Amino acid sequence: MTDITPTRWRPATTEPALVKWSLTGLCLAVLTVLLFAPLIAVFDEALRRGWAFALASLGDPDAQSAIRLTLVVAAISVPLNAAFGIAAAWAITKFDWRGKAWVITLIDLPFSVSPVVAGLLFVLMFGANSALGGWLVANGFPVVFAVPGIVLATMFITFPFVARELIPVMLEQGRAEEEAALTLGASGWRTFLTVTLPNIRWALLYGVLLCNARAMGEFGAVAVVSGKIRGQTTTMPLMIEMFYNEYLSVAAFTMASVLALLALVTLTLKSALEWRYADQLAATHRHH
Amino acid sequence: MTSRTLSLKAPTPMPGWGLSFGIMLSMLSVVVLIPMGVLLWRGFVDFGAAGIWEVINRPRVWAALELSFRAALVASLFNLVFGVALAWVLVRYRFPGKRIVDAAVDLPFALPTAVAGIALTAIYAPRGVFGAFMLEHFGLRIAYTEIGIWIALIFVGLPFVVRTVQPVIEEIDRETEEVSATLGASRLRTITHVILPMLAPAALTGFALALARSVGEYGSVIFIAGNLPNVTEIAPLLIVIRLEEFDYDGAVAIAIAMLAISFALLLAINLIQIWSRRRMGAV
Repeated sequence: MTDITPTRWRPATTEPALVKWSLTGLCLAVLTVLLFAPLIAVFDEALRRGWAFALASLGDPDAQSAIRLTLVVAAISVPLNAAFGIAAAWAITKFDWRGKAWVITLIDLPFSVSPVVAGLLFVLMFGANSALGGWLVANGFPVVFAVPGIVLATMFITFPFVARELIPVMLEQGRAEEEAALTLGASGWRTFLTVTLPNIRWALLYGVLLCNARAMGEFGAVAVVSGKIRGQTTTMPLMIEMFYNEYLSVAAFTMASVLALLALVTLTLKSALEWRYADQLAATHRHH
Repeated sequence: MTSRTLSLKAPTPMPGWGLSFGIMLSMLSVVVLIPMGVLLWRGFVDFGAAGIWEVINRPRVWAALELSFRAALVASLFNLVFGVALAWVLVRYRFPGKRIVDAAVDLPFALPTAVAGIALTAIYAPRGVFGAFMLEHFGLRIAYTEIGIWIALIFVGLPFVVRTVQPVIEEIDRETEEVSATLGASRLRTITHVILPMLAPAALTGFALALARSVGEYGSVIFIAGNLPNVTEIAPLLIVIRLEEFDYDGAVAIAIAMLAISFALLLAINLIQIWSRRRMGAV
């Protein structure tokens, strides 16, 4: 063969293979060091002294009560925030009113407030040294250093999740279907349950999923309001900190593994929703 | 209520206005508005702007606020550059396991911050896998120094730029790139002069979101930071310390300073969005 073979042809809209592979390699290396390694470390540290030892640490009464409390707090705060999200999305997308943009900004506010400041808000409002807090404590309903405060702080932190997911979806779907149902004589509730809800169910599930992951894992805001009373106001993330500070490394990382598993399940379900129902989720997530 | 809200809203046969607006407004008030109002009242009315300034204008508080802002800035700048690169790789290139990597980018959103904190500390502490390596080969300590704080904040802010930029790259019209190439631009020139300007507004929005998140971050940082006053003590930790000392005024003052920083960032996000809308003709 003569040496007239052309240099390998490459479309003008791609990068050279060398650039491609080195950029991909670099990104994967950074992700390994920053994302994958810590995730593996959680399980590795938990199993450092074997499965039996790790599982036994979950049997500790304090650990058990932390798991129970986290489930209770999520079971209260997530449905409340879902209800808020649905109500807010309905009011914002089905009606025209002045001040809408302001309300949307206010709903997003918790995203830009430090979790510690969020906790501080409820300490100031319901702490024993405030008028309201003092009265509540005197009447046997303490909020701060008790479960209601933990629920409120968790709700603050996860407040925008469901609403943010539903509003763009419902905006895009418009009002025509609901108007048709109403014209045909359906009641308001029936319209919502049989027309709106089927249209938004995957977006709702998506929002609830993220809301729940954050609710169960919230640390800063809950740390401030809980008072960290062992066995009473200690959630799973707080229990991790306690075990860790007491050098009970296996116990800390085992509890962390449980939450990491929850995160992995959340990510899996979330990705499944994105792949399966991309067209029914908010526009910002539609990248598949 | 009805007579006032009626003038507020355009007439429509759609049911459920009172119920949905009522639930929205009352929950928003109880969870967000009233608590925020109480904080601002405590700060500005009970305590006063001068009192706030007196608390903030102390070396330890100043150092903490500066550290929180500086570390958040460093981490978010890293995430800005890395996020654009990663988004590009995820959209344009093919490689095995791409779907898993794409899903894993959201891990920092799903993994509780305390878990991230102890995990990062485990591997970046002097006896951890990477910590030992860096100490031995570069004499660099990561955990219990400011670098450790950067690492934690990079972790926390990692998904923001990727997730804002990714959809924009997907929507880029290949023809634009072809035109640029036809007109004689090298691939590098096309990227720097055609593609990156298109990504800039989304990338900056992601950057600002990551910055706002990292300035206030607490859980993932305190385990890896070392928490030495004036050196590796972040502002949110100082609020917690003030609360543990029952110094509520001090906690309120630092919180208000942090809120001011956050609001400045939010304002920046909005300005970027207005600018990008004007420039690109769309959001």
